[in-house]
Amino acid sequence: MTRRPGVSIVDLGLGNLKSVERALHDAGADPVVVSEPEEVAAAARLVVPGQGAFRDFARALDRGHRDALTEALGRGTPYLGICLGMHGLFEESDEAPGAKGLGHFRGRVVALSTERRDSETGARLKVPHMGWNVVQGDQAPFDEGGWFYFVHSYVCEPEDTSLTVGSAEYGGPFCAAVRSGNVLACQFHPEKSQGRGHALLRYFLKHFEAA
Amino acid sequence: MLARRIIPCLDVKHGRVVKGVQFVGLRDAGDPVECAARYSEGGADEITFLDIGASHEERPILLDVVSRTAAAVGVPLTVGGGVTRPADVRDLLNAGADKVAVNSAAVRDPALIEEIAGTWGRQVLVVAVDARRRPGGDAAGRGADGGPVFEVFTHGGRRGTGLDAIAWCQTVAKLGAGEILLTSMDRDGTCNGYDLELTRTVADGVSIPVVASGGVGTLEHIREGLVDGGADAALAASIFHDGVFSVAEVKGYLASKGVRVRPVNEGRGADG
Repeated sequence: MTRRPGVSIVDLGLGNLKSVERALHDAGADPVVVSEPEEVAAAARLVVPGQGAFRDFARALDRGHRDALTEALGRGTPYLGICLGMHGLFEESDEAPGAKGLGHFRGRVVALSTERRDSETGARLKVPHMGWNVVQGDQAPFDEGGWFYFVHSYVCEPEDTSLTVGSAEYGGPFCAAVRSGNVLACQFHPEKSQGRGHALLRYFLKHFEAA
Repeated sequence: MLARRIIPCLDVKHGRVVKGVQFVGLRDAGDPVECAARYSEGGADEITFLDIGASHEERPILLDVVSRTAAAVGVPLTVGGGVTRPADVRDLLNAGADKVAVNSAAVRDPALIEEIAGTWGRQVLVVAVDARRRPGGDAAGRGADGGPVFEVFTHGGRRGTGLDAIAWCQTVAKLGAGEILLTSMDRDGTCNGYDLELTRTVADGVSIPVVASGGVGTLEHIREGLVDGGADAALAASIFHDGVFSVAEVKGYLASKGVRVRPVNEGRGADG
């Protein structure tokens, strides 16, 4: 019998981790929720979910997680960021000017404009961007294209555009997933994206190993 | 591009799914966990639970049902009914709800909207608005007596508020609602179609997504709500519970009419 891969879900006190925990378990992992920086430092794999506001995320980093996460990323600990856990990898966000993300990737998180229009009907698009959308890319795990569940009002704009491995379309293309080294981060919610989400979590567990 | 969402709605009372006509005359329509799992497997984009018993003594029953349902579905779950305090939101989110719908309590205390959005983010907050068309009302102006054309009702449709539904929707959007669940009480359970005028006016009047609810009887009604009404998502109950149409039939029809939907077989068996 093979051991279930261990994965630590980082609890930054931002919203509900239950669906992430359940989805990782269903994908074959043995997830534990951690909230202490020492536990982050010791993790074999990190999953950083997050709903809510960038400022709260930055504050949670300042309460002791900034160094632990930065060091873990530096060591090549596999990291899966979801939504705010993706935003937090960047330097700053329009959502909370002055608040500092991890700065692992250069770039900003910017507001989805309510001036975006549907490319077919011309209708003004709603914000938050909420619901199922297609993510496509040139490489795994997005080379097949697939539908994922989104709910967000801000998007990441990496300075290095080659980081973007999955994009989606909402009145223009936006960055739906980034990947670099042992870091994978997505704007959508794999834990709410049924079969596709399940496949993405399995992909992370299978292909992302500690360096 | 974003797909329009199809959302089966389960009205839950005493831990069972029930369905009434114009908010009264309830009959049993099954076990909520089984229904939700079936719809999720069948291609539903989200599931909504409205606890219409909503008494605080029954809260533990609801939380248990929510928790078992959340474990059984792979799509987002919205839960509403009897949410009056931030602690109710916390309990529902902890039980596994992804979004929480607030109705009467938001009318009584609009600051609750800001408080919930401020604590958990606007994406968790659906404000449910039950609207009734007043006699003599005309969309071009005010109602016959100078009151609103569409009035907001609370307490499961039992209490009029005098509030104009359109203005109220704009207010909740401003205060921090992430989405509006808009129910036409006149159409609820009638199978006569959504109130398209109400839906269109609200959908055009706010910058957040609007879920149309109340009145679906045919496939064409759903297309009308999404296209003519401009709703971002279509919620329906009876047609699904009574087995009139499956989610797959709804989506097949919409796709044939050029409405963008997520295919029901999408991602099934997908593996990494």
